[in-house]
Amino acid sequence: MRSAESRVRTALRSGGRAFVLSFEALAGSAVLFILSLLSFTLILLGVGLVTTPWLTQAVRKHANRRRLLAAQWSDIRVPVPYRPFPKDVRDGFTGQVERTTLIMKDPATWRDLRWLLLDMTAGFVLLVFCWALLVYPVEGLVLAAGLWRVFEDDTYWYAFVPVDSQLTGLAAAALGVVLFHVGVRASRPLLRLHFVLARSALAPAPEELAQRIDRLTETRHEAVDTAASELRRIERDLHDGAQARLVAMGMNLGTIEALIEKDPAQAKKLLAMTRTSSAEALTELRDLVRGIHPPVLAERGLGDAVKALALRLPITSEVTVELPGRAEAPVESAAYFAVSESLTNVVKHAGADRMWVDVHHAEGMLRISVTDNGKGGATIGAGSGLSGIERRLGTFDGVLAVSSPAGGPTMVTMEIPCALS
Amino acid sequence: MRVVLAEDLFLLRDGLVRMLEAYDFEIAAAVESGPELTKALAELKPDVAVVDVRLPPSHTDEGLQCALTARRDRPGLPVLVLSQHVEQLYARELLADGNGGIGYLLKDRVFDADQFIDAVRRVAAGGTAMDPQVISQLLSRRSVDEPMGALTPREREVMELMAQGRSNGAIAAQMVVTERAVAKHTSNIFSKLGLPVSDDDNRRVLAVLAYLDRG
Repeated sequence: MRSAESRVRTALRSGGRAFVLSFEALAGSAVLFILSLLSFTLILLGVGLVTTPWLTQAVRKHANRRRLLAAQWSDIRVPVPYRPFPKDVRDGFTGQVERTTLIMKDPATWRDLRWLLLDMTAGFVLLVFCWALLVYPVEGLVLAAGLWRVFEDDTYWYAFVPVDSQLTGLAAAALGVVLFHVGVRASRPLLRLHFVLARSALAPAPEELAQRIDRLTETRHEAVDTAASELRRIERDLHDGAQARLVAMGMNLGTIEALIEKDPAQAKKLLAMTRTSSAEALTELRDLVRGIHPPVLAERGLGDAVKALALRLPITSEVTVELPGRAEAPVESAAYFAVSESLTNVVKHAGADRMWVDVHHAEGMLRISVTDNGKGGATIGAGSGLSGIERRLGTFDGVLAVSSPAGGPTMVTMEIPCALS
Repeated sequence: MRVVLAEDLFLLRDGLVRMLEAYDFEIAAAVESGPELTKALAELKPDVAVVDVRLPPSHTDEGLQCALTARRDRPGLPVLVLSQHVEQLYARELLADGNGGIGYLLKDRVFDADQFIDAVRRVAAGGTAMDPQVISQLLSRRSVDEPMGALTPREREVMELMAQGRSNGAIAAQMVVTERAVAKHTSNIFSKLGLPVSDDDNRRVLAVLAYLDRG
């Protein structure tokens, strides 16, 4: 008895929620759908540039409310796939144009539009069924209770029952009871179905996600491989270099200890050798550190690190840096080594005598270009140093573009999406 | 001579204190962080500061920045910067005010105590002490450039030693020539670099700067 009571109560609650929601679905979605279409069309006239960002905001709010209710009422999670605006969108009219362009490029905008259409039709019908199945039976009972008298002369159809007497009135009541039962059982699933429908329209297409996952898997594998081989190289360098030297120094010191009284001259010579050895070990360790995390990069960030790098090259280079802050350490490091590799490429292969490096950050992108006046003909392909750079950048969703006609000049452009702090 | 020393690694700081004391320097303070260094430089007014580039709390180039700030407040304050690595970029920043009294050396140079102490004294006296690694890097790269290309091999050798901050006497001793010969080479170098006749010491700093600015 108790369970039946609570079941009716949940059903009524679902019905009530559906009742409220049905108005939102019909009025809200329809109005927003029409206004959105209008606003998109008016972009051509310029008016849309003002209204679109504002309206999209309203649509997203509307959709987000439905997402929230889906999670609260039916435990259905609908992902929020909106691309955030970059932090540096300008103010005023240009900002509006930028914002509108970004909105039109976001696939979520078009999914929202599709959802609005679906919501005001199929979504609305589902909601109406959800509450009507609970409300309509009341009419059957009222008819049986005496309202049938009004329709004695003029038959009233309650669903498929023609009501014109007490008997048919009771039939209507019986049908109402049956319908109520159906309603009690169906209201929750119907509300749920409504949210599932919303999710199907609002969630990003699986292909989009699948593509992204493929790409992430690939770059993760590459990153792991690179890190592993890098570690092996470091281990080997330590083992063959500094470590061996330290062992030799220890041995020398032992010999010196034995010689110091017997043959001071020889001991002195060995001491000098040992000191040279320790200096060499230091040099090797320093080079190793530079290969792992260059000191200037750690101390000053990407801009100065690239400048310092260029100073060490045998080719005259001009470096322009426009960075209002520092990127995250892994991004900085990847960018630095990418630049380092492309500069090495220039020195080794381009036959250039001048080069220009430009580092700047705009619209959430770190852009670096390396240009030289060499002989050109560089390609990204198997075995070329450029594909190594491409892999390095890929880990951070960065891209590499090369323009290198035969005869030069060569321009290598790198882009990494990142925020500066 | 009173020294303020800034180095965050205890072992190195301790070693440096002992070495400097062995050569009759007075250690006014031996500190281990940027803020302490700034305070010590302002309050103790040392004759020379020996500073590690990388200091806490930021562990970036805090020592270098503190030294540069202190020199802005007190132009010509002799500072010898020690670093695990040397970069032209930092050398240029240190020399930029053209005041002299600047040294920039690899930490390994303390292996040779005599040379290291010589560098400290030179800096304290208003001279320069640039690490041979910075200078040789510059020379190997710039040898084809004008007007450095105009220097004869002998003059380039003198330039290298002069850029490190050596006096004519020291250069003469190292190259086994007379001091007069060195003086002749240096005046040739100055005229080839287009440096006007002025205070000799400052011209040496300017010559190094001329090098660095070509980078």
